[in-house]
Amino acid sequence: MNNILKNIFKLKKEKSSEQFEPGVTMVQTTPLSEDQLKAVSFANVALRPPQFLIGCGQSVGLQRDHNEDTIFSMSSILADGRNDVPFGLCVVADGMGGHLNGEIASAVAARTVARILINKIYTHLLENNPDPMEESLQETIEHAVNEVQKNVVRYAPGGGTTLTIALILGEQVTIAHVGDSRAYFIYPDGRIQRLTKDHSLVQRMIDLEEITEAEAKNHPHRNVLLKAIGQAEPVYPDVQTHQIPKSGHLMLCSDGLWGVVAEADLYRSISSQSDPALACKEMINLANKNGGPDNISVILVKFQG
Amino acid sequence: MELPQDQPGTRKITETLDNDTGTFLQLHSGVVLAERYQIQDVIGVGGMGSVYRARDLHFPNVIKLVAVKEMINQAPDPVVRKTIVKNFEREANILVTLNHPSIPKIYDFFSHENRSYLVLEYINGKDLEAILKSSLEPINEDQVIIWSIQICDVLEYLHTHKPEPIIFRDVKPSNIMINQSNHVVLVDFGIAKMFKTGQKGTMIGTEGYSPPEQYRGDATLQTDIYALGATMHHLLTHRDPRLETPFSFGERQIRQINPLVSKELETIINTALEYNPADRFANASEMKAALVALARRTGALPRSGSNNLSLSEQDVKPLWWFECEDEIRGTPTVDNGLLYVGSYDNNLYALDATKGQFLWKFATKGGIVAKPLVAENSVFFGSADNKLYVVQARTGKFLWEFLTNGAIHCSPKIAEGHIFIGSDDGNLYAVNISTFQKSWEIHTGGPVRSSPFLTKDMIYFGCEANEFICSDYRGSIKWRYLTKRPVTSSPIVADGIVYFASQDANFYALDAKSGWVIWRFRMAKGSVSSPALGENSLIFGSADNFLYCVDKSSSREQWRYKCDHQVSGSPFIYKDAIYCGTASGSFYSIDYASGRLRWKFISGGAITGSATAFNDVIYVGSTDHKVYAFMA
Ligand SMILES: Nc1ncnc2c1ncn2[C@@H]1O[C@H](COP(=O)(O)OP(=O)(O)O)[C@@H](O)[C@H]1O
Ligand SMILES: [Mg+2]
Repeated sequence: MNNILKNIFKLKKEKSSEQFEPGVTMVQTTPLSEDQLKAVSFANVALRPPQFLIGCGQSVGLQRDHNEDTIFSMSSILADGRNDVPFGLCVVADGMGGHLNGEIASAVAARTVARILINKIYTHLLENNPDPMEESLQETIEHAVNEVQKNVVRYAPGGGTTLTIALILGEQVTIAHVGDSRAYFIYPDGRIQRLTKDHSLVQRMIDLEEITEAEAKNHPHRNVLLKAIGQAEPVYPDVQTHQIPKSGHLMLCSDGLWGVVAEADLYRSISSQSDPALACKEMINLANKNGGPDNISVILVKFQG
Repeated sequence: MELPQDQPGTRKITETLDNDTGTFLQLHSGVVLAERYQIQDVIGVGGMGSVYRARDLHFPNVIKLVAVKEMINQAPDPVVRKTIVKNFEREANILVTLNHPSIPKIYDFFSHENRSYLVLEYINGKDLEAILKSSLEPINEDQVIIWSIQICDVLEYLHTHKPEPIIFRDVKPSNIMINQSNHVVLVDFGIAKMFKTGQKGTMIGTEGYSPPEQYRGDATLQTDIYALGATMHHLLTHRDPRLETPFSFGERQIRQINPLVSKELETIINTALEYNPADRFANASEMKAALVALARRTGALPRSGSNNLSLSEQDVKPLWWFECEDEIRGTPTVDNGLLYVGSYDNNLYALDATKGQFLWKFATKGGIVAKPLVAENSVFFGSADNKLYVVQARTGKFLWEFLTNGAIHCSPKIAEGHIFIGSDDGNLYAVNISTFQKSWEIHTGGPVRSSPFLTKDMIYFGCEANEFICSDYRGSIKWRYLTKRPVTSSPIVADGIVYFASQDANFYALDAKSGWVIWRFRMAKGSVSSPALGENSLIFGSADNFLYCVDKSSSREQWRYKCDHQVSGSPFIYKDAIYCGTASGSFYSIDYASGRLRWKFISGGAITGSATAFNDVIYVGSTDHKVYAFMA
């Protein structure tokens, strides 16, 4: 149903970037008494401030002679007792094999997007008296992806890359992607929720029920992307925001991992290691054990519940 | 549905379905498809598979029936198979765009192995073929005229479809269903026919009802008109055209077989059945006009009044209504079998929610707009006389009051022993319900009409001074967000995001913790409508007349429905439908999944509040002074 709707409502929502006039408002409050407060506040046993660990891993694989993937990750906590604002940024870019300038494209993409989002959002967080952001988070990310597009065309002409971004801010994670590098939530109970839908020919064929997921795995055209950075302009990433699971993981990876290692095995690696970096190492080993046909990139974010 | 053409028919595909190999067995009752649709019964057998009645298990507390139409893809050639699935999707896409009371809604489609399924609105009724079979008598003229007018209506809708007209191409008794309200519903939207194109040597359409040009591969609007004529001929004569020589209606004049039919109707049908398409009615509305004129003369239709209302509009009648002495601008509340509603006549009314009988009223000194809150055996509500009143829920007996310095347009909320309510004096008050005293207030620069949303540890509300505020339970502001225009809409918080509309024409999703804007959705005009939260989407109205449904994580629009005037109340979700009213007095019931009209009722005044529900009954107030009750 959603697919049908999507096909019909291709309408892209209008975007706006308005300036907000600062307003002056009086605040007068009488605090509740301690007793009243006790009545309205709840015991909070969660870890304060909420935080997460990031691990990552990369391997050229066993059948390629050089690496064309780029990954980026950062994490930061700012907790002043009033507001706890965890910030995290993860990027996976899979430069397109066979493409001229593939590895340059992925590096340009990851650098550009990290630079823009850190400048616009992270710096803003550290501002003493920040003006309200002019754009929504999703708009900022969308604009960043379009900047990336221009940069790739300029610095890596002919090159192409996927781009999957996860921006963690407070209790929400906003994910944008172009191409087939994926984002997953992995829950402690073993559920694996894929958040991104590949912009690939085989995904489209699966949607049309022309092939099954299983057939897609060995399909001769499984590498054909319908959308990528560095191709036709402009590019519209899929952007979505989700509440971060209280405990569990967020994983970003290139097809060198998800296309080679079964989900159940990924889950086993992740749940058996308390250190996300070691889990990444284990997943990369699995991919190489399975032949390592492609470059492998993975970023694993572990949320402390 | 424009289809590539085949040659006139030889063998019907139906035959291959009846083989005994077991390959195309019908599903047994109890089987669950897509982990959701539980098959109950076979209700029809079509060209490419069966049609089942099934229960939608996503609604565990109510029995929601759907029709599941099965298509078995038998093509051995992979290329053909692929085309078949593609056509299937394309056709489903078309069906989704259709919005007409005489067309079943499509809810879902999916494939499993070589079978594809369409999940459709279940039509509780019989098709005309079954009706014909159940009696030896022809159907009476008045009835045929009324059904035919309805068929003309839906054909006209299809034929004027943009960007491309849709030609139904298979008008015949088995594709016309009559529902419980004696209204026509066209089933079989050419999807099966798309499948038939994959089979060599079959024709599209059905011998007997199809006009000559269709056998040559031409289909125009007149194709459907001819088939409607053939269907009417069959109904009035009880002679099955499939058993007769093709195009021989001229030799079987209706009145020779059934002398009770009027000369006029026979003439209309003969015109529809002209051999040469150019000699038939130019379009469905021309044929409808001829039928309507005849019906008015014979009395099949009332002589005055118009037939232009859609079926759904005539369809719904309130179960009851109750009239106050002045406008109702707010939202009623139902609790424990009682309906509470405030009116501009200064009274709060309590009615019996089932029968609409008056129980008691409580007089204040100002109009009452906001939705009353029922809690702890009391009703809490504000009035334009500046007071928050608390009265006994059963009897309306006065308990206590709290005075503010401005009119109250805000609906109270309760949490942790406090009532939270905004006033036009610019404050949001926290009033202790055991001491009747305020614990604190938050002063904003303008009236607070947006009802606060209370979470475990935060309070969220908008104000007329162009800002949105998040405070904790101490009354200290955690963050504020400036909009360009007032925020009258009441927020909703889900999964750490707060959602609200502003009169600045944006719909906002802000991080509930920090006030960061996660996304913004632009409307053409401002909105005071509070959002309703569905499974993964938000529904809200706007002064631009649209009712929007957007995905809550991406703000992607799922659908929008154009109402006849601005939508200021909050849409109300009940079961699989959305209810909302407009400033012109229309009250809509919209299908939640598809955004299509279920029915519409026109009240005598603007509807500015929201609906509420209890026991499958929907309640809404109107500025025509009435509160209405409808079947959901
Ligand atoms: N939505 C529905 N609700 C109830 N019955 C239906 C519905 N759709 C079809 N039917 C029944 O199933 C029969 C066959 O369905 P139809 O759509 O005409 O299939 P086909 O195109 O294969 O002939 C119809 O004649 C009707 O009796
Ligand atoms: Mg049929």
